[in-house]
Amino acid sequence: MGVTTLAPSSADDPLAYRPVALVDLLDRVLATGVVISGDITLAIADIDLVRISLRALVASVGALAPPELPAPPSAPASGGAAGNLGAAG
Amino acid sequence: MSTTAGTAPVAGAPTAGSGVWLHGVVVDADPATLTGIAGMDGSPIRAIRAAGLTAVVSAAPLAEYGEEALRRNLEDLAWLERAARTHHTVVDALSRSGAVVPARLATVHRDDGRVARVLTERRAELVATLARLTDREEWGVKGYVVPGAVPRGAEASVGGGAGAAYLRRRRAQLTAREEGQRIAAAAAAAAHTALAGYAVAARRHAPQDRRLSGAATAMVLNGAYLVERAAVAGFSALVGALADRHPELRLELTGPWPPYSFVTEPAGEPAHQVREPA
Repeated sequence: MGVTTLAPSSADDPLAYRPVALVDLLDRVLATGVVISGDITLAIADIDLVRISLRALVASVGALAPPELPAPPSAPASGGAAGNLGAAG
Repeated sequence: MSTTAGTAPVAGAPTAGSGVWLHGVVVDADPATLTGIAGMDGSPIRAIRAAGLTAVVSAAPLAEYGEEALRRNLEDLAWLERAARTHHTVVDALSRSGAVVPARLATVHRDDGRVARVLTERRAELVATLARLTDREEWGVKGYVVPGAVPRGAEASVGGGAGAAYLRRRRAQLTAREEGQRIAAAAAAAAHTALAGYAVAARRHAPQDRRLSGAATAMVLNGAYLVERAAVAGFSALVGALADRHPELRLELTGPWPPYSFVTEPAGEPAHQVREPA
């Protein structure tokens, strides 16, 4: 679901078809768009709609997400220094 | 939230009922365009005309799109994706044949009459918005941190064993990463200013969570720009020039989008969202 990385030389054809990433789409159809309150969705406040949907998204990808930082190649053996780093990590 | 009678989640729901899902408002819709596009329930989209405007809608069975069902379904990522893509397909098709005011996802009315009333009541605002969007399209520019050079010179020079060296290196990496994000955020602000100067209108969406974007590094710019159709090539060239000027920033261009980000009245300059990169 990639979006092409724009290198300066790849900007030749900005109109070339690219698949739309879901996250980009949700940025737009949830957080924006003209607010015409439908009868049925009147009770679902706009902010709720966004929050509910993002919660669903994050919950769905959370289990699959790679860890933020790579683990140390091998656990340092010197215990005292490791204690210091604990706060930074 | 007005929870009325309907407590039975699926079986007891009034399956006979169908709501009306609003995709967007246009001045007029070519019937040939409408018949070829499937709406939310798979049947073709259709037009509701009133007050010189046209609402493009599709049928939304209440068993799936009623208030309670919507609350449940919006929590279901697969449902949300299908709904978002179906809605987008319709809005995108409309935007290719003229100006469209997209409706936010999940705008559901009880019947055609209610939709027609909205067109009538909000005619002036809708007409003004359509005029503002004519011959313009939305483009997205996202910017990501480019990890800078990690200071590594000290790692071998100080004693203390492999473990301590690893920790020093690790701390230096973290500091460098924070610094890299700060520099990239400044570059993002500069790039946004340049792009906004070229565009008719601009706004910054909140940076996407990395778990959602799947990007390797933090997003520092999630901009949307309303660009004259005749000026798109120049806008694209500007993005390329900015990428050259700011090697600390990786830029991605997406679009053209229907003008989702520019249908609400520009209430002054939208406050730039200052968020600490996660």
